[in-house]
Amino acid sequence: MSLLPYLDICLALLVVAVAFWTIAARDLFASVVGYVAYGLLLAFVWIRLYAPDVALTEAAVGGGVTGVLLITAGKRLGGLRNVGQGERPGFGLSLVAGVLAAAVAGALCAVILMLPDPPPSLAPEAVAAIHGAGAGLGNPITAVLMSYRSFDTMLEKMVLILAVVGVWSVGADNAWGGAPAPFRVSKPDAPMVFLAQMLAPVGVLIGIHIFWVGADEPGGAFQGGALLAAMWMVTMMAGVAQPPRVDARWLRVALVAGPAVFLVIGLAGGVVAGSFFAYPPALAKPIILFIEAFMVLSIAAALPMLVAGSPGERPDR
Amino acid sequence: MIAFLDLLSIAAIAAGTFFFFAGTVGLLRFPDSLSRLHALTKVDNLGLGLIVLGLLPRAESALSALKLVVIWALVLLSGASTAQLIGRALRRGRK
Repeated sequence: MSLLPYLDICLALLVVAVAFWTIAARDLFASVVGYVAYGLLLAFVWIRLYAPDVALTEAAVGGGVTGVLLITAGKRLGGLRNVGQGERPGFGLSLVAGVLAAAVAGALCAVILMLPDPPPSLAPEAVAAIHGAGAGLGNPITAVLMSYRSFDTMLEKMVLILAVVGVWSVGADNAWGGAPAPFRVSKPDAPMVFLAQMLAPVGVLIGIHIFWVGADEPGGAFQGGALLAAMWMVTMMAGVAQPPRVDARWLRVALVAGPAVFLVIGLAGGVVAGSFFAYPPALAKPIILFIEAFMVLSIAAALPMLVAGSPGERPDR
Repeated sequence: MIAFLDLLSIAAIAAGTFFFFAGTVGLLRFPDSLSRLHALTKVDNLGLGLIVLGLLPRAESALSALKLVVIWALVLLSGASTAQLIGRALRRGRK
């Protein structure tokens, strides 16, 4: 007798129900709360699928960072309420949007249902690469991310920088170079200050710990970096730390440090180890940890900048 | 000794589950936001605390036991702070 399959089915149904509720909710705030709950439930799903690394990322990014981003965005939208937001799209537009969404969902379902058996997969190659290249890491996920598909991992971090550039570039011309709008306009609450002062030191420690154990256990650069980012956001929201000016040299360096170090070492691999993004086997582990340390820095800088918004923006209200 | 520890685990986790259940019922049934908040914080403090207490004898090592206690302490900290924040926001809205 095992109860787990039934619990799994309940969890899956709950995820679908929360997803529907998130879409159906009329209130923007309720919808965001639904989305955060959906992210946390998905993290449970990943744990049940024995993917704790993905679960950590989903909880930190899907539940935490995206939640803050959406709530801040919702608040700004609320300030724009008088700018013609009352009009609902017409019936024709709603119909076209609905049909398009249904077509995309239908196509995805069809593709998944028509997959050949066994489905095409790069997993065996990736697993072979872990043992072959001998990166010396105990956590196969980190080995795949940093060794087997290192180029993709580097490009993902570049996408983050591009997103920050995009957010910054929608700011007004005369505000260029200034600090992003602070998270809170009014004087911060005492409990928020208390929370930031108590939580941030512990959170930073746990973030670094998760990055460090990522070499051998679930964890890694993205999960650790996301935690550090969250701690920076909490201190900024509490007014304990001020958001930096976007033209600050240290901020720019922190943002590009991860991908830049990754790229330089990848290029050096072409000379030293014989191929682009290859590491000398004996030094693979220290090199990977060195790259990851800079990636943690870049992620911890990029995520709060995405949430903080464009420079000099006047807080609405 | 083992049987005693198992009994302790069962009793503490059962009590913790009861607090989770009671807190959830309170969250769904209490009439106003402050009462609901009250119900919710009991779940954080007592429910999770008792479950952590029940899991402590089953921890693989002293380090993982310590991690469990740290998780409880972090939830206590964030739970208490956010309850204060929500309570203040409610009072501000009511004025």
